[in-house]
This record gives sequence, structure tokens and C-alpha cells, in this order.
Amino acid sequence: MAKNLDIPAPEKSKLSLQLDPKVFEKATDEEKRQQDVMAKSTTFFRDGMKKLFRNPLAVISMFILVIVICVMIFAPMIVPYGYSDIISVNGHRDKTAANLAPFQYSQAEQEYMKENDVSLFPHIMGTDELCRDYFIRVVYGTRVSFLVGVFAALMVLVIGSIYGSISGYAGGRVDLVMMRIVDIIYSLPDLLIIILLSVVFKETMDFSKVPLIGKLGTNMVAMFIVFGLLYWVGMARLVRGEILTIKENEYVLAAKSMGASSGSIIRKHILPNCLSVIIITTAQEIPAAIFTESYLSFLGLGVALPMPSLGSLANTARSGMQSYPWKLIFPAAMIVLIVLAFNLIGDALRDAFDPKLRK
Amino acid sequence: MAAEQKKKSDYLVEVKDLKEYFPVKTGLLKTIPLKAVDGVSFNIRPGETLGLVGESGCGKTTVGRTLLRLYEPTGGEFRFDGELVTDRNIFRLRKKMQMVFQDPYSSLDPRMTVEDIIGEPLDVHHLYTTKKDRHDKVMHLMELVGLNAEHATRYAHEFSGGQRQRIGIARALAVNPSFIVCDEPVSALDVSIQAQVINMFEDLQDKLGVAYLFIAHDLLVVHHISDRIAVMYLGRIVEVADADELNSHPLHPYTLSLLSAIPIPDPETARHSHRIILEGDVPSPLHMPTGCPFRTRCRYATEHCAAECPPLTERGNGHMVACWEK
Repeated sequence: MAKNLDIPAPEKSKLSLQLDPKVFEKATDEEKRQQDVMAKSTTFFRDGMKKLFRNPLAVISMFILVIVICVMIFAPMIVPYGYSDIISVNGHRDKTAANLAPFQYSQAEQEYMKENDVSLFPHIMGTDELCRDYFIRVVYGTRVSFLVGVFAALMVLVIGSIYGSISGYAGGRVDLVMMRIVDIIYSLPDLLIIILLSVVFKETMDFSKVPLIGKLGTNMVAMFIVFGLLYWVGMARLVRGEILTIKENEYVLAAKSMGASSGSIIRKHILPNCLSVIIITTAQEIPAAIFTESYLSFLGLGVALPMPSLGSLANTARSGMQSYPWKLIFPAAMIVLIVLAFNLIGDALRDAFDPKLRK
Repeated sequence: MAAEQKKKSDYLVEVKDLKEYFPVKTGLLKTIPLKAVDGVSFNIRPGETLGLVGESGCGKTTVGRTLLRLYEPTGGEFRFDGELVTDRNIFRLRKKMQMVFQDPYSSLDPRMTVEDIIGEPLDVHHLYTTKKDRHDKVMHLMELVGLNAEHATRYAHEFSGGQRQRIGIARALAVNPSFIVCDEPVSALDVSIQAQVINMFEDLQDKLGVAYLFIAHDLLVVHHISDRIAVMYLGRIVEVADADELNSHPLHPYTLSLLSAIPIPDPETARHSHRIILEGDVPSPLHMPTGCPFRTRCRYATEHCAAECPPLTERGNGHMVACWEK
């Protein structure tokens, strides 16, 4: 362009848009450098995370979840009561400690404190009808519900995304058969199968020796099996649908034309591109599983006694609802808190990562 | 058989009677074939560019994709460097033939950095020994297509259409191929960028001696880059000739109409030029007309055209036309 500056501008015609080079000046070095400055390279993931942390509801929910998880982990170390132990004073069982209100001490405890001039650890949520500290039972109940939720979601994640990606990627007849199987599973009644399985397991198998499952009980085994068998179908359908659109992209065709194998195409191109859908669905699956566990426990199909879960706590509190309402309120509030927090995070994740909802 | 394979011909790419039919469901159990490509034959010499033009839906892209076995061909044979391409040797041959795609926006994975995109063919074919070797090779390729080294860590969405197409070309060049199928590589770009990219294709051909099958619907672009041009209509090649010969002495009525449709930048000339407007629509490839596929829109069509499909015949100087009347 610099060459043209020396040539005198030709005579202008009336309708011409010809520009007079004389009115322009050359860009200085500094101005040129400004043109070179580009925005910092961001990835889709980082951009999404930024959006997520700008959402106040999501941040509050994450904060609540972190607190709940901390309490879940550390409370049993601090609180000197066990979830299945009857409160004892000075080595003797305290028969007067049934159904205490929050922060109330039993008669035996009050006498003991007066005599020895010490203070005992308070019953933050009172005690239940069997003289057990209610706070620690709620904490253990939260642990159980939380673990069930997370494991169920992980199971759904693994089975659903593998099944869905194979079905979506293979397409054609394979897809047809695999999706009909999904349709059949969709129509099975989950509650009925959980009941049937737990009855069968009670009769045929003994899980009491197995470390963790023994404490949770056969109902939990049946529930996990049902999660693994039935609940992944929603995830499988979502992943399949996503993959059907992703595989039409030319970059998949390009990978094929390079000679990349189907496995590596799924791993390198397809799964990373539907990752956001998978993460969001998993985040929404956790509260659903917690909720299922709660209502099954509420119906008496949940964990084995004396292990508590939030649902079974609410169920036993039902009988004394009018006299001791806090025993229903605490576990119910905990369920609401966890489910709401997870749901809000799931929604925020979707808002942050779904390109169709971007503003 | 062995002797036959050793016999090298003048041509790098020999396609004979290539057919690609897609089954289309029309009823519960009834399927009829959609003849996307119906008996296409052409040859390409090493380092030569064959342009392939035709309107949308005539099967140009399908030809390119079938050559690379992205679709399983229904019939016909394809020899690459004298070797018959089959499912068994296609993986090895993919090191020698590559493809540049039409849409620079969907042909690059949004989750991968430029370095990974260009390095992917190297990964697939294990063409490097160390990480550094791979990095150096990618850098060399980026320089070859005119990208800066600092672009390597960026993601595809941070680039303009022209730059993205350069990334796509660098990816195709990564395995050092001798034949590249360019599937409308410039149709999605601005005219000014088109010129840059086309000139780059030519420079790369001079430097590396690759042969191109250059698919496009723009005759001007194809004329600029091609040594020879093949015109396709409804899954068949109707005319093949040297680029200049085709431009100055088109024989097939379809080619004539295509050439007359090129916009002329000078209004004075444009006013005096005669535009041939084709009547009617392209027939559905599901229900092809009997005989010559073009006869339903052809001014010169006779009964002979309806009865029998004209074969591609030589008219001197390598100019081949499939028409009874011309």
C-alpha cells in the first residue's frame, strides 16, 4: 500500500467512492502493536466454569454442599455419641434421655454435670425414642443418602454413557435394537422390581458379613442393582441423541478419512464433545437418586436398622409428629437442602455449558 | 496378479465405472437405490489437478468420499498408483491420500488445539518417535500453510474461516500424501479469502507435487486451479477436457449452460452475452429419466437420447463428451 502513496490521486468522478490517500496517515508502531494483542485463549470448559461461578444461586448451593459434606465427614469425629448407641451417663444407660428436645439434657445428665461440675456435649437435635443422639443419626443418615446418590449417579453415568455412545455411534440396525431394549426397560416398574429383588435376596443371600453392604442391608443391594439395571436409560437416550448430532460433523468424517479407529474417534472426538451433557445429567441424577432412596426408606424398603437414612428417620418420626415435630423437620429439611442444592447446581451447569442457552 | 500390480501406469488415480447407491426406504419393506454416483470414470496423473464441477446434489462430494472409502462403493474399481484399493489396504493408502473438507467450521474439533488437530494424522499413523518430533512436524506444517507458531495452542473457534481452512489443509498434508481430495474447500469462504486459499493450493502443489481432485460448483475457481475439468450431472460425468479447452469449446449442452451462467464483471460485455437458462428442475435421482439423464432439460434432446444413454466418447485432444447430438 505504501507504494500507492506516491501516485497522485486520479481526478475524482462524482459518484466515485475513491479515497484520497493524502488524508490518511501511517499507523505508528505502537498502534500496530495494539492490533497484535489478542484476547487470552480460553477453552469452552474454562468459559463455562467462569459463567458457573458468576451465577449466585450456584455459588450458594456449592457453599451449602461443601458445608454439608464437611459436617458429614467431621461430625462423627467430634460428637462423642454413636449413631446406634444409647446415651450412657457414667457408664450406666440413661433411661431418662428419650425424646429430648434440641439442646436439652436428660435428668441423669443434669445430675451428673452438677455433681462433677463438667459440661457434656449437647444434643444438638435432641434424642430419639430409644435414647440415641438425634444429630449424629441425621449425620449418618445424610452420609448414607449422599453415598447412595453419588454411587447411583456414577453407575448411571458409566453404563448410560457407554451404552448410549455405542448405540448412537453404530447407528442403523444396532441402534434400533439397542433403543428398543431401552424402551422396554423404560416401561418396567422400578418400585416393584426393588421389592421383588429385596424379597429374593432376603431369602437367598446373606450380605451381613460383607463390610459396608452388611450394614446397609439387602434392600440397598436391591436398590443399587435396580439403579444399575433401570435408571441409566435416561442417560443412554440423552448421550445417544447428542452423539447422533456430533457424528454428523465433518471433523468425525475427517478422523475417519485419516484412518482413525472407531474407538479412538469415540474417545477423542465424540465423548469430549458431549461431556457437558453428561456432566449436567449426572449432577441432576444425584438428587433424583437421593430422593428415590429417601422415599424407599420412608416406605420401609431402605437401609437395614439400626443404620439410619434420611428417609427412614423421617418415617420413624412420623408416629410422634405432633409431640416431637423437630424429629421430622430435621431429616426432611436435610433432604430438601441437599436435593435443592444439587438441582440448582445442575441447572446452573446446564445454563453455563449449553451453547443453545447462551446469551 | 502380482505382475499386474507391479505394472505402474502413467496415472496416480484411476477410477473405473465407480458406482455409489444409497438405499432409500420408500415403504415398510421396500427400498430403492438412490444412484448418487452412477458409473464415473476418470484418471489423474501425479501432480495434476482435476476439477470436478456440477450443481448441488449431482454427486461430486460422494465421488470424493467414496474414493477415500468413507462410503463403501457399490461398484466399480479404484486404483491408486496401480494398486487396487480395497478394505484391506485402505489404512496404509490413507497415508497417501487425504481430504480437505468443505465447511471449515465443522471440520475442526472445537475441543482440540490446533497442534492436536494437525498432529492427529501423525498419531493415527505413528509417524513420530518423540513428542518433540511431533511438535517440530506440526510447526513445519503450520509454516507451510502460513500460520504463526503461536497459533498452535489455540482452539479452532478463535480463527477466521480462511485460517481454519489452512488448518484443515495442514492436517491433510501431515501424512505427506500424494493425492488430496479437496471437497469444495473454498465455497464457504469470502471471495478475497478464496483467492488466497486457492493460490496456496497451487503453491503447495508446486512445492510438494501433490495431485488434487478439486471439487467445486464454481467454474471460475475450478478453471483457475485445474489442469483438466470434469463436468458432472446427476451422478454421471458428461464432459471432460483440458481446462482451457472446456472454457473455449464446450460441447455438452449442460456445460454450455453452466458457462453462460458465470457472472461477467464487465456490464458492457454482459449485456451482449447470451445466458442459457435451463428449463425445469433437476430430476430426482430416485427416478432417473431413461437414456441420457440431461434430456429432460436439454434443448437438443431427441428420441435417441430417451432410448439410450450416451457413453463418454473421445472428440480429439483428450476432450470427451457424453452426448449423441454434439
